[in-house]
Amino acid sequence: MAILTKDEAFALLKKVLAYSKADECEVNLSGTDNGNVRYARNSVTTSGRISQSSLVVSSAFGKKLGVATINEFDDASLEKVVRRAEELARLAPENPEFMPFLGPQKYAEPITYVPSTAAITPKQRTDLVEQSLNVAKSSKAVAAGFLEDNAGFSAMMNSKGLFAYNTSTNTNFSVTVRTSDSLGSGYATRGYNDVTKLDTKSATQIATDKALKSATAKAIEPGKYTVILEPAAAAVLMERIFFGLDARQADEGRSFLSKPGGKTRLGEKLVDERVTLYSDPLNPELPTSTWSGDGRPQEKVTWIDKGVVKNFSYSRYWAQKQNARPIPAPDGMIMEGGTKSLEDLIKGTKKGILVTRLWYIRDVDPQSLLLTGLTRDGTFYIEDGKIQYPVKNFRFNESPVIMLNNLEELGKPERTVSVESNQNYLLPPMKIRDFTFTSLSDAV
Amino acid sequence: MKRRDFIQLAGMGAGAMMLPMPAFSRTVDPAEMLVPLMDVKQKKALADVALNTARSLGATYADVRIGRYLNQFVATREKKVQGITNTESFGTGVRVIVNGTWGFGASNEVTPDGIKKATERAVAIAKANSKFQKEPVKLATTPSYGEVSWKTPIQKNGFEVSIKDKVDLLLNANAKAMEKGASFVNSLLFLVNEQKYFASTEGSYIDQDIHRTWPNFSVSMVDRQSGQFKNRSAFSAPVGMGYEYLDGKAEDKIQGPGGIILYNKSYDIVEDAAMAAEQAKQMIAAKSVEPGKYDLVLEPSHMWLTIHESVGHPTELDRVLGYEANYAGTSFLTLDKWQSKNFKFGSKIVNFMADKTQVGSLGAVGFDDEGVKCKSWELIKDGVLVNYQAIRDQVNIIGQKESHGCCYSQSWSDVQFQRMANVSLQAGREQVTPEQMISGVDKGIYIVKDGSFSIDQQRYNFQFGGVLFFEIKNGKIAGMLKDVAYQANTQEFWNSCAQICDERDYRLNGAFNDGKGQPSQSNAVSHGSATTRFNGVNVINTGRTI
Repeated sequence: MAILTKDEAFALLKKVLAYSKADECEVNLSGTDNGNVRYARNSVTTSGRISQSSLVVSSAFGKKLGVATINEFDDASLEKVVRRAEELARLAPENPEFMPFLGPQKYAEPITYVPSTAAITPKQRTDLVEQSLNVAKSSKAVAAGFLEDNAGFSAMMNSKGLFAYNTSTNTNFSVTVRTSDSLGSGYATRGYNDVTKLDTKSATQIATDKALKSATAKAIEPGKYTVILEPAAAAVLMERIFFGLDARQADEGRSFLSKPGGKTRLGEKLVDERVTLYSDPLNPELPTSTWSGDGRPQEKVTWIDKGVVKNFSYSRYWAQKQNARPIPAPDGMIMEGGTKSLEDLIKGTKKGILVTRLWYIRDVDPQSLLLTGLTRDGTFYIEDGKIQYPVKNFRFNESPVIMLNNLEELGKPERTVSVESNQNYLLPPMKIRDFTFTSLSDAV
Repeated sequence: MKRRDFIQLAGMGAGAMMLPMPAFSRTVDPAEMLVPLMDVKQKKALADVALNTARSLGATYADVRIGRYLNQFVATREKKVQGITNTESFGTGVRVIVNGTWGFGASNEVTPDGIKKATERAVAIAKANSKFQKEPVKLATTPSYGEVSWKTPIQKNGFEVSIKDKVDLLLNANAKAMEKGASFVNSLLFLVNEQKYFASTEGSYIDQDIHRTWPNFSVSMVDRQSGQFKNRSAFSAPVGMGYEYLDGKAEDKIQGPGGIILYNKSYDIVEDAAMAAEQAKQMIAAKSVEPGKYDLVLEPSHMWLTIHESVGHPTELDRVLGYEANYAGTSFLTLDKWQSKNFKFGSKIVNFMADKTQVGSLGAVGFDDEGVKCKSWELIKDGVLVNYQAIRDQVNIIGQKESHGCCYSQSWSDVQFQRMANVSLQAGREQVTPEQMISGVDKGIYIVKDGSFSIDQQRYNFQFGGVLFFEIKNGKIAGMLKDVAYQANTQEFWNSCAQICDERDYRLNGAFNDGKGQPSQSNAVSHGSATTRFNGVNVINTGRTI
């Protein structure tokens, strides 16, 4: 199915709703075109184009909900999927947490769609990959990478009169370059809504330089160090705070945002006052959808303001139960920063470690949000404002909450991609004191 | 394992509904799942369309998979049913070799025309990519099996059990946990049925019916006063079995050290949920561990994940060769170490087998996703690295003529590639029970069930947590500990392996969400072991205050 216009989506959804005999009915419609190229050992290994579309019908009788999905769009199929959702609703046990569907909402006009990304050709993809491969090959290094692009639309309508529509595009690129003797490794990642902003050559050059410069790594003792986290390294730690903003978990006492005595940390200072974390669907650098999957408007929300926890996200059920504003979980994380570049942060560092990338991040203790993981693909010792030499990789055990209380300085935010979740964020490079490295790794 | 999947399962809130789903899944009525969509004759005729099209377009090899993937999830919390989802995904994937290069195409239109178009797309991709091809594909030969079939040996098809029975079972388990004082409980039942038909230009036509089952829960205990909370996950295993796994037979229950009950080939979810609530209370009150060196006694429900990360992954040949460098990582088990024939991966008692045939395991199938008959083979023998895990286009690189038969794709819409087989530590030859093992330890920790896990991209440095930790003092269990994680280097760790219990204690556990590839694919795999002792491992304290 092609990407439907707003009018086409409206007409199709209207037709589906006309088949409904349930108390309430809600229909979500989406379609995406995905293209990808994967390469390794300086050679393309796989590539693919996947087009998928899906229509999800949710039918409710009282508090009994049935959900059915289909990817065929002829009239008979549309009626069939509505009937199936209704049959499943009749079979379902009553869900005491069921919330009636929302009525009409007002949404801001989204800015997530860039026509040039939707119009990408197979040749453009292979050219982007070729440019990356050429950089690695000319340095006698070995590249492995992944390029993917998406263009899609989503729309929803329900029997209460709600209608929402959005189109979006996205491209993510990552590359790992290793020296031919496997002694050095470097990494770079980029994410944009507009593929014309993607420069695979310069990104691969950065990864290649890191690989060449990291080839003679020295072992230094693990312990507490001042670190400079590049945005890609910060992303995998910061997103754990972002994923943990759910009010119910905190209210139920099973979150790092819960407190002794059955309370939560809402309204309290959690981290350094230079930390402000928000989401904004209309941010031009990181635009996201202006509505959430259940039809609630997505607006600019400040989650942590000058170190103070300002807002939690809520399911509609939990917001009603707690008599709170039903703010949906956000899509893109943005952190305020300063004006300094990564190089400026390095220049101002007496002794420290530059971290390109962190990997294999896992919860160790959800109570304190203690995380573990390792540095990877370019870790360097800094002294007197200069990178002195590459160091062997470390394992860390650190909580992003503790880390943000040990903040030294923030640089200029830039768009980056989490290697763990594939999500895009706008984050500054950050200088942190007393970051806890607990052991050494021989991995390159 | 993929982090997001793990978090969703560990939290098991709404996230439990977001388990890996095949592409193009649609929800179906449970009764529809029991109706076959197509007979073998129809599948063979469609498969031949792909094979003939590929040949006519110049392919030197082609295979086609027609797959129907059925999943069922039942998710509950406390007294509530959160969701019941039945999904079905049906389609075909065609893989070809043209100009020595792979190409892949897939379609959800399982018709002669849909299959022809998917094949043409696969050929076009192979031709376009051959421009970058440096190493033409060399396939190891494999016999033509003709028309054959294989089925997971199940006693009870979970899809035939009524939804009501499943909901009642989970709600009963939840009620038992709440009666014993749990603050919250989430429970989940996950059923999988892969109906896969494979055919290749080499003359094999293979029909397989694969079943997997996983009951799971997370019992939370919150001490509101102190603000502390602990989660105790189920002592179940995901299994390559039918619904009979939930029978909880008396002969499959094991009284373990520290008064715990463990399970072997069937599982009692109600009993375990009650135990979980009791233990979660003790977990909060437990003593915080003193960091330092301990002898670790690791129970099989914990061991599997350490094996998965530190043995299963580094012996995957695609990682060794660099194909996963940008995502899952490479491996410290480089070819020179294998060629030396004396690389001491572990102590002399350490023997690992890779196995795609083990009954009850997640990885067990008759044939892999490129038509190779499955088998078992040695990876580590008497502590020495002797082989890798490799498929048809890889074994020539390690001078072997026969694929190991561990090629897998998570769905018809994804291309198949080398995936981990069941990799298991062989039981000890000496007759030892876990109690006898513990009696020989002066200062140690007995660890039950997998917890936090992390390992570097070449699989040297790892850190593992767990669920239950018991202090061992002078040969005796001396109460529960908390805040425990151990860190080690893979080679040092396996060389510190001092004792392995015998066959009587050997059990399987595993995971559905072994992640690899870009776009990422999930693989289901089991790992077996008996309780095992490691000497002098570094233990850290993970307690922090924020």
